[in-house]
Amino acid sequence: MTHAVETAVDAAIERHHNDAGNLLQILREVQEACDWISPEAVDQLERRLRLPRTKIEGVAGFYAFLYTRPRGRYRVLFSDNITDRMAGNMGLLDRMCRELWIERGKVSEDGLVSVDTTSCTGMCDQGPAILVNNHAITRLTRSRVDEICTLIRDRVPLPDWPADYFRVDDNVQRRDVMLASEPDPGAALTAALARGADGLQDEIRRSNLRGRGGAGFSTSSKWDACRNAPGAEHYVVCNADEGEPGTFKDRVLLTSFADRVLAGMTLCAFVIGARKGFIYLRGEYRYLLDHLRAVLSHRRNRNLLGRNILGRRGFEFDIEVHMGAGAYVCGEESALIESLEGKRGTPRNRPPFPVTSGYLGQPTVVNNVETFAAASLIAKNGGAWYSAIGTGQSAGTKILCVSGDCARPGIYEYPFGVSVREILADCGAVDTQAVQISGPSGTCVPAADFDRRIAFEDLPTAGAFMVFDHTRDMFEVARNFVHFFVHESCGFCTPCRVGTSLLKNMMDKLADGHGSPYDFGEIEKMNRILQSMSHCGLGHSACNPVLDTIAKFPHAYRRHLEHDEFRPAFDLDRALAAARRMTGRDDEQAHFGAVPEGEA
Amino acid sequence: MNMSFTIDGKTIPFTDGQTIIQAALAAGTYIPHMCYHPDFKPHGSCKLCTVRVEGRETASCTMRAEPGMVVESDTPLLNDQRRALVQMLFVEGNHFCPSCEKSGDCKLQATAYDLGMMSPHYDHFFPDRPVDASHPDLLLDFNRCILCSLCVRASRDVDGKGAFALSGRGIRTRLIVNAKSGRLADTNVTVEDRAVHVCPVGAILRKRVGFAVPIGRRVFDLKPLSTYVDATSAIENK
Repeated sequence: MTHAVETAVDAAIERHHNDAGNLLQILREVQEACDWISPEAVDQLERRLRLPRTKIEGVAGFYAFLYTRPRGRYRVLFSDNITDRMAGNMGLLDRMCRELWIERGKVSEDGLVSVDTTSCTGMCDQGPAILVNNHAITRLTRSRVDEICTLIRDRVPLPDWPADYFRVDDNVQRRDVMLASEPDPGAALTAALARGADGLQDEIRRSNLRGRGGAGFSTSSKWDACRNAPGAEHYVVCNADEGEPGTFKDRVLLTSFADRVLAGMTLCAFVIGARKGFIYLRGEYRYLLDHLRAVLSHRRNRNLLGRNILGRRGFEFDIEVHMGAGAYVCGEESALIESLEGKRGTPRNRPPFPVTSGYLGQPTVVNNVETFAAASLIAKNGGAWYSAIGTGQSAGTKILCVSGDCARPGIYEYPFGVSVREILADCGAVDTQAVQISGPSGTCVPAADFDRRIAFEDLPTAGAFMVFDHTRDMFEVARNFVHFFVHESCGFCTPCRVGTSLLKNMMDKLADGHGSPYDFGEIEKMNRILQSMSHCGLGHSACNPVLDTIAKFPHAYRRHLEHDEFRPAFDLDRALAAARRMTGRDDEQAHFGAVPEGEA
Repeated sequence: MNMSFTIDGKTIPFTDGQTIIQAALAAGTYIPHMCYHPDFKPHGSCKLCTVRVEGRETASCTMRAEPGMVVESDTPLLNDQRRALVQMLFVEGNHFCPSCEKSGDCKLQATAYDLGMMSPHYDHFFPDRPVDASHPDLLLDFNRCILCSLCVRASRDVDGKGAFALSGRGIRTRLIVNAKSGRLADTNVTVEDRAVHVCPVGAILRKRVGFAVPIGRRVFDLKPLSTYVDATSAIENK
């Protein structure tokens, strides 16, 4: 047994060239091979990589998909975005736990299986979704849950499960310039080489392309800053850590338009003078790893990567895929770089910014998947062509991920400037109460504002477009988002580490029927602290869903303020419920506060 | 060249490369802080030293001073929020000052007094954290750890041991030690290590000297933390 663990660890270390900087990748592969990272595995890592144990355990303990305790041979995680909730994931989770005779979050007595929840897995258009040993299964139904329970009880290896379970559809419902044409693997690069690096950068500048991760920073400015920054090496990083709940466009781009994305990265390398690039792929998209490696190898064979690319002497660039392991915060670019370096995904103190001091302290461009894909369209068709699409401050198109209460969820590509109302009509949404734009950290748009437009000058977005009809409780939507931020807080800074948990408790208190106007005030106060004192965007935006829904749906909160005066969250009578269950009593005497006066 | 900025209207001189808190403390202007230590690379995690610079809040331990900067620090709003942060640190762990050997020399306790904290305000989390008394000379009480990572930095950067680290994530972040058993006794930490002496709270304590200085005569019993020119060395060199 120990021998098998050592072999697995050695193999992972060798695949990563004995480089301790690849610790996260090594740990992920050990996890995959051994089902957990045992103390014996850590022993071997400590010996072979010459790292202090604290370093290894520190990293392993950070990522949700790395387990330092046994979690079973089958590890089932239910995606728990609000859209999964709306599709009934909790009922299915309970069903699975009942069938397998296990408690949620605990490993079965025989060490076979565990069932728990995880943050949004990016399958909102075909949920409810689960991950089994990090492989995505979509379109869960009651009968599929029953079948899966049988497969687990019969110990059928995951590769032998029905392939249809693992089918992930692109679900493209509306195509524009990005999704309309098949990518021609070499076209963008050929055009760029003809223009030269300066010429290409001119086109990117002319296109007015802005980052698609949501913040909308000018792509040409970022590339310029990195290109001009001194450094022995320059790096290109593609942020494919698509963790914002409700977002799944990168999943589709990497599935069907990977060439376009990889070409965009190569173009960036051409401009900034990088020889190495990384795709940081979220752990939930593990199923895309082999596909991406195949596309990379195909591009190498066609001399679109490697040395003297397309015959251009000295133009050398290659790309490696690094996997995340369940940490939303790694979508923040400096946390992503820490994670690339094999560390805990804690956001760095900034400045300096990655463009001057990024991966290994060298100038680094980090761009979103969609940004790179757009850059490759621009290289092929020109900046003027691109900037003519969209609005004044938002050139080009935006890929939206539509999910929730609508007839046709999926991927919709529109020129910037499209109104919320148009999108709702296209996806077949009726009786819509609100749309959450750009996920929990974005904006909640009520019906009165449906004429607002998707654009940096109005509603900027990373892509998520979650639709809620009038049957939904917007307080519950916000509460789900708060729970998400608690799960994903990195724990580095006090306000986010503790504040998100306190906020969760406050929201839960309201949901439990103990709310009063006092709690409402406390919630607002906590949000102000998160906003002003947190270390990174996660903490800053953890308050967004709450502040936003308070402003736009105050009645959803007021409904939960059941008392005029303050009540403690602790309810003595409810605390006695377990004792009542155990004794089989439910009479008046078994309830606190029910004793008539004078009787005791 | 003489450069300066202002904090709450007071002129603070600084030298190139100094952070706001470095310049402020050097000029005798107190800014509350917990994870900052003059001998170590700034961490910026406790956020107690947050100040307002030209309309934006920022941690003063990581923000470089710039000429003419206008900094607000001792304002009712900032102090309210700092008090809330201290309250968060209290409810997140298990801090029982009356039974703690560090009482009177503890920066968390002294900062709470300074900021006028009258109660923990929030519901306690009451986390289940064990005490590690395995080491012959040291007691490691995780209940009081505030995750400032000073011991992590001192052990790595000064002692060259890497004996401490943070593991876990979010509210489950925790201090770990460099031993397979997880016990301090099985590490190479000794009582001479710098890491042992930088703990601002009572998480790492030397055994058998707990009450050498009686309660009532300790550093912050004598005068409030904010009135010390250098509170950090006052408790470390006592």
